[in-house]
Formats: sequence, structure tokens, C-alpha cells
Amino acid sequence: MATKASRSAARLMMAPAVILLLGWMLVPLMMTLWFSFRTYLPLRGGDKGWTGFDNYVRFVTSSSFWPAVSTTLIIVAGVLAITIALGVLLAILLDQPMWGQGVVRILVIAPFFVMPTVSALVWKNIFMDPTNGLFAHLWRFFGADPVSWLSNAATPSIILIVSWQWLPFATLILLTAIQSLDSEQLEAAEMDGASPLARFFYITLPHLSRAITIVLLIQTIFLLAIFAEIFVTTGGAFGTRTLSYLIFQRVLESQNIGLGSAGGVYAIILANIVAIFLMRIVGKNLDT
Amino acid sequence: MSLKSTLSAATALGLIAAGGAYADSHTATITIATVNNGDMIRMQGYTDQFTEETGIAVEWVTLEENVLRQRVTTDITTNGGQFDIMTIGMYETPIWGANGWLVPLDDLSEDYDVDDILPAMANGLSNDGTLYAAPFYGESSMIMYRTDLMEKAGLEMPEGSPTWEFIRDAAAKMTDRENEINGICLRGKAGWGEGGALITAMSNSFGARWFDEDWNAQFDTDAWKDTLTFYTEMMNESGPSGYATNGFNENLSLFQQGKCGMWIDATVAASFVTNPDDSTVADSVGFALAPHRDGVDKNGNWLWAWALAIPAGTQKEAEAKQFIEWATSKDYIELVAENEGWANVPPGARTSLYENPEYQKVPFAQMTLDSILTADPNNPTVDPVPYTGVQFAAIPEFAGVATEVSQEFSAAYAGQQSVEDALAKAQDITNEAMEAAGYR
Repeated sequence: MATKASRSAARLMMAPAVILLLGWMLVPLMMTLWFSFRTYLPLRGGDKGWTGFDNYVRFVTSSSFWPAVSTTLIIVAGVLAITIALGVLLAILLDQPMWGQGVVRILVIAPFFVMPTVSALVWKNIFMDPTNGLFAHLWRFFGADPVSWLSNAATPSIILIVSWQWLPFATLILLTAIQSLDSEQLEAAEMDGASPLARFFYITLPHLSRAITIVLLIQTIFLLAIFAEIFVTTGGAFGTRTLSYLIFQRVLESQNIGLGSAGGVYAIILANIVAIFLMRIVGKNLDT
Repeated sequence: MSLKSTLSAATALGLIAAGGAYADSHTATITIATVNNGDMIRMQGYTDQFTEETGIAVEWVTLEENVLRQRVTTDITTNGGQFDIMTIGMYETPIWGANGWLVPLDDLSEDYDVDDILPAMANGLSNDGTLYAAPFYGESSMIMYRTDLMEKAGLEMPEGSPTWEFIRDAAAKMTDRENEINGICLRGKAGWGEGGALITAMSNSFGARWFDEDWNAQFDTDAWKDTLTFYTEMMNESGPSGYATNGFNENLSLFQQGKCGMWIDATVAASFVTNPDDSTVADSVGFALAPHRDGVDKNGNWLWAWALAIPAGTQKEAEAKQFIEWATSKDYIELVAENEGWANVPPGARTSLYENPEYQKVPFAQMTLDSILTADPNNPTVDPVPYTGVQFAAIPEFAGVATEVSQEFSAAYAGQQSVEDALAKAQDITNEAMEAAGYR
């Protein structure tokens, strides 16, 4: 049992790390808050003083705000649905004994190690290019007109690219969970005449619920800030402007730090609302 | 000497040597941000010669146009100091020069012959008569077309500037979907300097303008509606699939692969489409002045220079100036001409180049000069405007606003919204930004 002295010593030793981490988080947060209340235009003479809640009102009343919020949520929901559904399927498949299992698992996981910018470039230029892309050749081979993926189906294309990147993560977590499933339970169910579907819905899926929750929470946190894939492929055009992309446009393209910072504060609020919502709805799984 | 003192001495020597090497590299390496256009890439190949001559090493940061603009703008506004030389254009230079962010280039050597720079370029890269960036190459835009396809279509390119109606008709006749030939390739990619530049220059030739003299947005006018309707209809009839995401490089590649009948874009592309090493159609390319609308006395061509500038506050101002003098000099032009032929030298920057009898033999030389000379940044369109710039308005807010506007246009090109909706949104975006910036 720790004595009072050892507890104090521990606190003292941890203090630098805690202070550093707090500073790491608080300084940018405070700066964002500070700038959000100021008219800060680097191309127009810099910081032009206090402006109250003007930036907040302008950001939220701009015609781009709500479309950006809905695009963000559509992309997050789309990627989550695909990665979790396919992740469960792949996890079950990868759990089956097969020849070359190790290699297959590495191949499935590989996309996770590709940088988002690189994967977006590969998808854009090698697969989705409407003239020289692989899909265009495939479409032509079957006598169809090639699809202009990144302009005519921009949001689904972004969802596809991001899902490809995040599927390995979901698969990995779900595969680990599935491996901890007691095989005797499944065998008993099989002997009792339960169909494969029934075994999946009544035994496997409930067993995976905790892992699915983890995938849902972690991916949501990262996907709310999705940026590189949009920047590389569509530049925010064709309805793919997410909230984080809109903030980037305000800060860097329009060079309006105050307005962009107000957007940043909204993004923090949105992320917290989503996180609280998720914790309430699905986070209960983590307690049991 | 004991082992300990030997080791100490060796360590000290090592540190001194490393310090010296660091100091050397520190004083003799300049970092240059540039755009991934062909002439810049070519220049990188010759940089070793500059290093040999001067002992100054060069580090390149080569970026796609839209990305370059964001990177250098952020660096300059935050005083980041990442670059000793930045590749910027006619839009940024006067604004940054006025803010004191660039080193004035008013003390370049006599050999450099600053008076030789084409007046159109020198004016666009100056503020209050002081030059702030040296043009590496200058450009306007013009029509590049396949002479074989034009002949096959039974047409002849008119002398001077053709009408848009002729271009549309010719594009439709040249289109051969079976053989993947599109009658016309034009930029549709979002970004003020990509699709935004093309459509703004084109709108001038329809008599449209960005702002009236009181800075009210003008996207609710018939001239803009006609421009965008004409563009979308022509591109849907005869353009490549996915043109809404095509910029300069994408169209260059299509043209070089023989997949475009016509391409209206930067004059600087002429050397790439006529270079048999890169272009499958090199021997059948013709050139013409950019089109105008029947009855409108303005052509749809722009004026631009990619230029080298030194951010104020760099520790290597002298070295940077040395590099700029080297890269934008007459000698560099001759160096490229000697190794790769006159057609491949950086065009549009110097008067002497167009007086050179060797260069006059290059098929697109005169057309480039004529295009540059017909672009007037002070009177870009039919009605008077409160801004300077042909395919842009030289105000700090323009880049942000025009990028968003061009995104709405690209969405219309992709068929995601109507031309009317795109223009209505453009009107709101622009007026909103102008009000916030205190213009209206």
C-alpha cells in the first residue's frame, strides 16, 4: 500500500509530464478561442482587434456551414457502416483455417500502413481517372461509358477510399475479438441444430459487440477530422466539403484566422456532442 | 598521449569539423518552392550547373499549383521562413510587395538587363514601380488544335481570333467518341488559378465581369449565364469525361495522348505539345488566338507570369538573388536552347527572345507574343472594373472567394447542380465576402 510520502513523490514525478501534456492541449485550444473573438486577417494587416461573437455568427450563418456538417456526418456514417460490416465478414473469414493464412492477413492489413495522401493519389490517378484509370478500362471493356468517379460520385468515392484505409483497422480489432470466442459454444449450437446465420446473430455478433464499440468510437474520432483524402481528390468540390475542410478554406485559402478559429470551436463542440452521444448509446457495452 | 586525451582531442576535432560542415551547408543551401510545371522541372535539371558555378546548393520543394499557393501564402503571412525563394505569380506579387513581404529586386546586376523584361510582365510583377519578382516565364492563353483533325472535319481555323461559336462547332465535328477523341479539352478543376482562371478569362470574352465599380458581384448578369451555359453545353457535347476535375496538367496529358481536338490553355504548353519526345501529336499542332464571342471585342485569353521572389527576412538574400539572376537570365535561356532547342526555352519573359531570329522560327513564338500583348490587366473586359488582373482581381480576398466560386462551377460542370444554382451561390459567396471585407 502506498504511503502518503510515496504518493506525493509519485505526483511530483508525474507533474512535468502532466503539465507538458496539458500545455500541449491547452495552448492551441486557448489560442483558437482567443483568435475566434478577433478580426485576424494576415493579408489585410494582421490582428485588427476584438470582434465579439461576429465570427461565430458569420461562420454558422454562412451558406456553406450546414452542408459541411451534413457532409461530415454522411462520410463518417458511410465509412463506419462499410468498415464494420465488411470488417466482421473479413474477421470471420480470416479466422477460418486456410492455406497461407499469415500472408492473407498481412495483405488485408496492408492498406492501413499506406499514408492517406498516397492512397488518395493512387485511387485518384490509377483507379478512378475517367480516361486512363483502371476502372475506366474495365468499364470500356464491358462496353460501358467510364464513370467520372470524383466529380459525379464524389462523396461515395471518398467514402470508398477512406473505407479502404480503415477496413484493416476494423478487421484487426474484430479478428482479435473473434479469436477469443469459445469454439465449444459454437459447436454446441451447431449440434443443437442452429443454422450458420442463427449462430452468427445469437453467438458471434453479441460476442463482437464490445469490439464493434471500440471500432466505432476510435474511427469516429479520426473520421470527424478527415481531410487529406478530400484535399487530394476533389479539393472540397462536388459536395465533399466537410467541416474540417471548410475551416481549412477559411483559414488558409481565405486567410481569415478569426473566422476559421470560430469554425474550429464549432468543430470541437460537434466532436464532443458526437462523442457524448456515442458513449451514451454504445459506450454502455464497454462497462459490461 | 593517454587514450582519454586522444579521444577528447578526436571528439573536439570531430565537433569542429562537423560545425564547419554545418556552417558551410548553412550558408550555401537555398530552399526554393516551385510549381510542378514542365519548365520548372527542366530548370531543376540544370541546377547542378548553378551549384558548380557559385558553390550554392539548391533544395527544391516542388508542389502542385493549388498546394504551392497555400504553402507559400501560409509561409509568408506567418513569417515562417521555410523558403529562400518562392515561385509566385502576378496575383500575389503586387499584394505581397505592398505589404513589405518581398525583397525588392531593384539592384539586379547590369548584365541581367532588367529593361529587357517584357513590359506586360514587369508591370504585373511590380508595385509602385518596384519589381518584386523576376519572371521565369510569362504566358497568355491561346488555342492549340490538331491540324489533321481540323482538316478531316473540313474546317479551317480563321485568321486572328475565332468566335466561340466556331470553336463549339469545330469541337463537335472533331469529336470521335469511338476513338476516344474529344473535340475540346478545357479546365474545369476547382481552384481560382485552375478552372477559375479559364472561366474568368472566358467570361471576359462574353462581356462579363466579377464586380461592378462598387464591388457588387455580377454573377446575376446575362453575360455570366451565357458564359457558363455555353461552357457546360460545349463541354458536355465535346469534352472529355470528368472534365470537371481536369486542370492544366490533366489536359496537357490528354492532348499529348492525342485525345483532344482543341485545347485552350497557357501559351507555355505549346513547347510540350510540339515536343515529339512527349507528345504523340507533335507534328500536327496549330495555334490560334483565344476566341471571342460574336460581337464582343475582347478575347478570352489571360496574362500570367510564374516568377521567382525572395521573402523578406530570409538569411540568404544574396544567394537567392544570385539564383534568380541565373534562372531568369538570357544566359539560362541560351543554355536551354543549346541543349534542348529553342522551342523548349522558357517563353514570354524577355523582349530579346522575341527579337532573336532563331526563336522567331519557332512555330508558336509570334502567337505567344501576340496573345500576351492583347491581354490588358487594366481593362480586362468590356465594362469598366475596379480591379486589375485579367483572370483574377488583384485583391487579397480574391483567392479564397474565387476558389469557392470555382467549386460551385465545377459542381455545375459535373451535373450536380444547374448553372442558375451555381451562379446564385457564386453571387452570395462573393457578396458575403466583399461585405465582410468592407468593400460594400
